[in-house]
Amino acid sequence: MATTTVTQEGDERLVEASLLKRLLSRPELGAAAGAILVWLIFAIVAPTGFLSLRGTASYLEVSAQLGILAVAVSLLMIAGEFDLSIGSLVGFAGATTAILASQYGVPLYLGAIVALVLSLAVGFLNGYMVIKTKLPSFIITLGSLFIIRGLTIGTTRLITGRTQIGGLDDYAGYDFMRVIFASDIPIAGVGFSISIFWWLLLGGIATWVLLRTQIGNWIFGSGGAPQAARQVGVPVDKVKTGLFMTTAFAAWLLATIQVITVKSADTLRGEQQEFFAIIAVVIGGTLLTGGYGSAIGAVLGALIFGMVKQGLVFAGVDADWFYVFMGAMLVIAVLVNNYIRRRAEAARK
Amino acid sequence: MSKNGNPIIEVRNITKYFGSVIALNGVSMAVRSGEVMCLLGDNGAGKSTLIKTLAGVHQQSEGEYFVEGQEVHFDSPRDALDHGIATVYQDLAMIPLMSISRNFFLGSEPTKGSGLFKRFDVKFADRVAKAEMAKMGIDIRDPSQPVGTLSGGERQSVAIARAVYFGAKVLILDEPTAALGVKQAGTVLRYIAQARARNLGVIFITHNPHHAYAVGDKFTILKRGRTFGTFTKDELSREEMVRMMSGADELDALSHELQEFEHADKLHGEGKMSEVDHALAASLEEGESLLNSKKEQ
Repeated sequence: MATTTVTQEGDERLVEASLLKRLLSRPELGAAAGAILVWLIFAIVAPTGFLSLRGTASYLEVSAQLGILAVAVSLLMIAGEFDLSIGSLVGFAGATTAILASQYGVPLYLGAIVALVLSLAVGFLNGYMVIKTKLPSFIITLGSLFIIRGLTIGTTRLITGRTQIGGLDDYAGYDFMRVIFASDIPIAGVGFSISIFWWLLLGGIATWVLLRTQIGNWIFGSGGAPQAARQVGVPVDKVKTGLFMTTAFAAWLLATIQVITVKSADTLRGEQQEFFAIIAVVIGGTLLTGGYGSAIGAVLGALIFGMVKQGLVFAGVDADWFYVFMGAMLVIAVLVNNYIRRRAEAARK
Repeated sequence: MSKNGNPIIEVRNITKYFGSVIALNGVSMAVRSGEVMCLLGDNGAGKSTLIKTLAGVHQQSEGEYFVEGQEVHFDSPRDALDHGIATVYQDLAMIPLMSISRNFFLGSEPTKGSGLFKRFDVKFADRVAKAEMAKMGIDIRDPSQPVGTLSGGERQSVAIARAVYFGAKVLILDEPTAALGVKQAGTVLRYIAQARARNLGVIFITHNPHHAYAVGDKFTILKRGRTFGTFTKDELSREEMVRMMSGADELDALSHELQEFEHADKLHGEGKMSEVDHALAASLEEGESLLNSKKEQ
């Protein structure tokens, strides 16, 4: 706390107190506690499956698939925007790669690069539309959600006559792609999907960018008070457009991982992922209004998602309950977030 | 207090049209370093238009704008900033959920390292923010605490300290005291005096004559897009200032409230005020808060 009357005494004690206080004021604290709690619950309820290395690898892979999206979404949401189109983009990017390989003989890696460029273009367009129209990104990307999904299904059916394209391992470049996007990394005899490492890598980069770079400061500023940020020279529009492209990149990465892993593309892939990603990000402590949040939180939010989803399977609970749980977690997380924000915003007097 | 010398910024016969509306009509004023120029006027007098013109947000339709004797044309606030003209807006100064040091350096972050490893120098930012605030007389124990934990007056002073640190020669303060309580307004007034002591030119926009009179060296009064001219403290009593700002009719209408505001003395703690002054001060403050609540920025 700042005071106008200066008293230096007791500063030594303050160091410890502020360390604890700083920890308590971190946005991801709630998600960290939640992750530990969820882990403990399933460790007790379903120890044999859940605690095994194989079980761990399985829930981490589920977490990773959502987490790749959630990390990118967390950056965008801290900058004050939503992207509902990423689920559709997952289907779009996968279908693009698969169509190019199966219909036109394009090697998979080249197809994936084309899909990446197109995905980034969609992300750019989302950002451009949000900035030019000044409409809420919720509306703009809700539009793109349906446009992209419809385009993907329509185009794929037009070209291939189907909505699924399989047997991708027969095409050129598959083995190379598999190493990067779909291999297993053995740890203590159990294969851990490489997607887990992609997830953690992205989470690490995003955290570093957010907390230790100039752009990170701009992201917080763009979401916290765009007008004030512009006033001091932050290129708010560029920051936001860049982040829409980042979420598009994440959607492409997940699409590529899925397409290579299951050796097929499905135009319906990625459905609802945009909502699960938002839930993971919100559980991770990011405010829906922007300006406050954490990429580590998004990693933890995705971890909770994966643990619950697989944990329920290990515990023999019907998968229907998964939705109940995620919905309840979302509401509780928002309540906790609001409490934290009120504390952070509370004026001294 | 004020130094003699050439003005840092000066405008001559500035006129600004918005379509068919004449927002400013031949306004001239100047600011020197180490001088607090108060820009007074009721709502709609043209204060905002004038400072936005000075800050590079608007371009004047007619008239000349000089910075240190050179005529300038600003296309953007960035241009003005590059000429050392920093503007602190009343409610747009700070981002509450960001830390003090992050706010302090937002848009001009210090970095260390290079290439891919170029990073935000958090320690440097914390150290400088703390030191600069200390220069303004505010002790911040933890620069990483959110700005939201500061009082309104302290937030304004973070913005002022930031502008000073980044080499502002002229500070334009857009109603920094309007949303604040009496005590907090006092805090901000102290920082205005601090900035003057550090030889900055300050343009202090307010419609509170008491705040203006407390720190101002010169007073420019705007009404309906025109200026009554610039006065020094000797030339203009507080009462005259108020009359010029608002006009006698409105004052008469307020006169029945005279007795209610004896407590204004305690709040302002300025012994020299006459009874009429108290009434005017209080009435104006009340009117001001009503206006503020209606005003859409």
